[in-house]
Amino acid sequence: MSIRYGLLALLQRGPMYGYQLRVAFEETTGGTWPLNIGQVYTTLSRLERDGLAEPLPASDTGQRPYSITDAGRADLLSWFTTPVQRGERPRDELAIKLALALRTAGVDETRVIQAQRTATMRSLQEYTRLKARTAAPDDLSWLLVLDAMIFQAEAEVRWLDHCEATVARQVRGPAPAPAPATDPTEVSPR
Amino acid sequence: MIVELRDVHRVHGGGETAVHALRGVSLSVGAGELVAVMGPSGSGKSTLLNLCGGLDRPTRGEVVVEGWVLGTLSKRRLATVRRRRVGYVFQELNLLPSLTAVENVALPLELDGTPIRSARRQALAALADLDLAELARRFPEQLSGGQQQRVAIARALVGERRLVLADEPTGALDTQTGEAVLRVLRARVDAGAAAILVTHEARHAGWADRVVFLRDGVVVDTTGPIGEADQLLTGAS
Repeated sequence: MSIRYGLLALLQRGPMYGYQLRVAFEETTGGTWPLNIGQVYTTLSRLERDGLAEPLPASDTGQRPYSITDAGRADLLSWFTTPVQRGERPRDELAIKLALALRTAGVDETRVIQAQRTATMRSLQEYTRLKARTAAPDDLSWLLVLDAMIFQAEAEVRWLDHCEATVARQVRGPAPAPAPATDPTEVSPR
Repeated sequence: MIVELRDVHRVHGGGETAVHALRGVSLSVGAGELVAVMGPSGSGKSTLLNLCGGLDRPTRGEVVVEGWVLGTLSKRRLATVRRRRVGYVFQELNLLPSLTAVENVALPLELDGTPIRSARRQALAALADLDLAELARRFPEQLSGGQQQRVAIARALVGERRLVLADEPTGALDTQTGEAVLRVLRARVDAGAAAILVTHEARHAGWADRVVFLRDGVVVDTTGPIGEADQLLTGAS
């Protein structure tokens, strides 16, 4: 996702100036996505150029708040209702690393898997500890962001379990040959 | 230390068909500690839990519960230690359907000779600790799955028992209810109990202080203590 929709969503709450936007953005994402103020101003000027936000007159203290336009509201709504495509996320370094480990002499892929799983599990414990200390409903947005990280870490641990079992099965050699007509997806692990 | 496994081996059967369920596992769990054990089917998780609870004996090595070396106890003495020191929470078959919640929780105390009135009082206190006082007179079928598991945790910790052995206690529950059960377990551990949680769900293991990964009867890795915990697990010695 881009910062632009994050800022638009914040402006939908009401006019804000740059520093306020930065603070609100970091609060909403629980500090998991730090922004610098330069990014905020660059994004604001692009939003203004595209007609999605407009500057208001400067306040007495010299801050220039921005407000969302009707076009901005329409764009924001369309963003909220469009599912995120998995392929648009960055390439998965871990999957590539494992694929390379399998083909690189002198690398024990099982150790790579176990080390990663332990590290991911540890993050999961830390997220869970944060969650245990967070009280709903005041921090509901933060809880949902935490849950997203927890479920993603869980999925990664499951996937690593699966990789470990698959590698172990390959090393032990194939199970006794199934009947030729059997659907390969139905072959049991042992 | 509430429970300690010292270089524990467990072999089922003998000869060529012998199955090595555990091969040299060492693990200590102290008061205030929740340890999760993860591993695929057949990795030795349930054997480990049964050994900690004195439901099974190691082929080699020692299991110590609150200072009692289980292997040196007579059958009668072992049964007493099991009843007084260890509580279990399983995925199913947790509560007797013909008894109310408070009667279920009081049962282990009554079996142990505690007078009924005193057992009831302690059971009500255990339920109140888990915010279940208002459900005390309900029968299991009148409770939701999550409430039943919380009653089972109350029963596991009633009286002076400080060791909870939980085997997939959130198995059939949805994510919200499963999480509520784990929060309760976590709170009881923070209040001074010790718990071993066998699970295949990383999200649930996330509530633990340490996570131990078992493969083919061997500890292959552990996340180590996070935060202040000072206990250490050794897979080798």
